[in-house]
Amino acid sequence: MAKGDPGGTTRSRRAAPRSKKGAAGDPELVQLLTPDGERIESHTSPDGTEYRVDFTDEEYRGLYRDLVLVRKLDAEATALQRQGELGLWASLLGQEAAQVGSGRALRTQDMAFPTYREHGVLYCRGIDPIMPLGLFRGVDQGGWDPNEFKFNMYTIVIGAQTLHATGYAMGITMDGKTGTDDGEAAIAYFGDGATSQGDVNEAFVWASVFNAPLVFFCQNNQYAISEPLERQTRVPLYQRAAGFGFPGVRVDGNDVLASYAVTRTALDNARHGQGPSLIEAYTYRMGAHTTSDDPTRYRIASEVEAWQAKDPITRVKAFLEKQQIADADFFAEVDEQARRESVHLRERVLDMPNPEPVTMFDHVYPNGSPLLDEQRAQFTRYMESFEGSAH
Amino acid sequence: MATETLTLGKALNTGLRRALENDPKVIIMGEDVGKLGGVFRITDGLQKDFGDQRVIDTPLAESGIIGTAVGLAIRGYRPICEIQFDGFVYPAYDQIVSQVAKMHYRSGGRLNIPMVIRIPYGGGIGAVEHHSESPEAYFAHTAGLKVVTCSNPQDAYVMIQQAIASDDPIVFLEPKRRYWEKGQVDLDAPLSEAYPLHSARVVRPGTDVTVLAYGPMVRTCLEAATAAAEDGRELEVIDLRSLSPLDLAAAYESVKRTGRAVVVHEAPSNIGLGAELAARITEECFYSLESPVLRVTGFDTPYPAARVEEEYLPDLDRVLDAVDRTFGW
Ligand SMILES: Cc1ncc(C[n+]2csc(CCOP(=O)(O)OP(=O)(O)O)c2C)c(N)n1
Repeated sequence: MAKGDPGGTTRSRRAAPRSKKGAAGDPELVQLLTPDGERIESHTSPDGTEYRVDFTDEEYRGLYRDLVLVRKLDAEATALQRQGELGLWASLLGQEAAQVGSGRALRTQDMAFPTYREHGVLYCRGIDPIMPLGLFRGVDQGGWDPNEFKFNMYTIVIGAQTLHATGYAMGITMDGKTGTDDGEAAIAYFGDGATSQGDVNEAFVWASVFNAPLVFFCQNNQYAISEPLERQTRVPLYQRAAGFGFPGVRVDGNDVLASYAVTRTALDNARHGQGPSLIEAYTYRMGAHTTSDDPTRYRIASEVEAWQAKDPITRVKAFLEKQQIADADFFAEVDEQARRESVHLRERVLDMPNPEPVTMFDHVYPNGSPLLDEQRAQFTRYMESFEGSAH
Repeated sequence: MATETLTLGKALNTGLRRALENDPKVIIMGEDVGKLGGVFRITDGLQKDFGDQRVIDTPLAESGIIGTAVGLAIRGYRPICEIQFDGFVYPAYDQIVSQVAKMHYRSGGRLNIPMVIRIPYGGGIGAVEHHSESPEAYFAHTAGLKVVTCSNPQDAYVMIQQAIASDDPIVFLEPKRRYWEKGQVDLDAPLSEAYPLHSARVVRPGTDVTVLAYGPMVRTCLEAATAAAEDGRELEVIDLRSLSPLDLAAAYESVKRTGRAVVVHEAPSNIGLGAELAARITEECFYSLESPVLRVTGFDTPYPAARVEEEYLPDLDRVLDAVDRTFGW
């Protein structure tokens, strides 16, 4: 295999002999909108589940707007990092459809447990996009209220949040909040690399045996920093679910309609008491893993180009144009809104003040601690000992 | 006053029962905690009376026990997690240290994780490997966690309820070799008054040497004090009870009177609780000290085979020997 060749299909095929098409890199996916912008009416999975969406023109335009805004804000954050205003940024470039599709499929009452890359889901939950930038700028640890927005804090430790989501979902059941249309469900986001973690596998076991109302949403963006999918698995990830006793489905993660449809179905199944499921959103991370990464060391340009042709936004645009759902004025207006919001974001980031140092002692314990009180007092005296100090 | 004679294990069981009765959000989860009542029977009969939604037999997955309890806590529950043995907490270590301990901080105070992690710990029961460890320093070192341990049935009964009622995440260490020791328990003892959860207690007053201990070693030190008294030395024994935060006011007061201090624990000495205690006492009581603060601890080996654990564990003789040495300076 050539250096950097993602390949691996031969090996994978050997590893999964019983599946017709199912090599780790050879998707059989739910798709409702082709890369050329053709609508596919509906998709019926081998288990008989039918996936379809029925959006109004306004809703189609709304999804497009979401995708463009999320991409633009993400690009702005990347630029801010390059200019030294953020310590780090984990870009979602290429994954907008998976995030907006699943994010818009959530209902108000559903609770999401993200990784550090779910800026698109965060946006869909109605959280101010400035929020995660504080974390990456180093002025706070993520400023939103998880209870208010039903969107938990970002999780840096790979896979840890899948267990939190499972416990939360168990709580939904214990509270008797499943079994009806307005029941609750939870969703856990994680990457392809995370599927190798013990916590994720434990979460699969727990969710299954407790029939937790939970959707495991894996964004398979093909890499865990530099390691390709073949380093994490020899079977397609969605097939793992079967071994744990719940359904798994692979969706075209660059197709916002299909991402929406499979997530909505899985969440509805969960809220109706049918337990967990795994969605593998098959997608591609177009940029670097984070701004500290150099993807040219481990992947080749032709692979990136092949995925470029499957871009999540251009296909929606093509569809909207073909169907005459939107005109040039609309696209220009969305671009203008995205530009305005990103400028606004930039201005606000530059204005983000550093926290007062003494605030580092806040919120260690809900009930406080004498040890900490003592250290805070010492620290305060120390800071005050500097003549003319502002502290 | 409803006073009963209970073993430490039964006192914990009774305390857990009370907590389940008083708050419907309290749940117990762990391996074999249901029908079996836990391998030490600390949860005996609780599933029968409170149902399998309140006392949950979990899959055999320690990270899962703690990680799902985090989610349940976010959802408004108050999980009590049982880790079957000290040596099996490490698969859950990441969840405890990176998630449980930091969630309140990382959320800017918006999320509470009112969790109790119960761990039977320490040696002396002739167990096979991984069943006799003292991991307290790992947890006491972690900001955001509180670490407490009981040494007698009365404290066990009260402290477990205090821990469950607290919004702080608490590692609750149970001295497994004292599970079967009996004592008087006042079942109506108030939870918050006489001894708040984070307070040390002088369990035997004395004038000559201050002995600091906790959990299983308290009894050993009390026995040493009885023996020392026959030789005319009065040891003051302090049961720390809370390992993080440490409550050292009584210790400082005591050392300033006695001029001598010995710290006793089962865990290895290297970078252990004894080092912290010695440093703090030295900082606070330097001009009162007649001799360095000495430590009597387990050795810096993995916990050894059961047939030599009597030699590994600090016993009465080693405590008395240290007491003698404090008079040698
Ligand atoms: C437990 C753990 N190990 C290692 C890391 C360092 N790390 C951060 S992201 C990452 C790769 C994650 O890949 P994946 O799960 O596929 O998610 P992606 O970032 O591609 O969305 C690694 C190794 C970590 N954060 N946590």
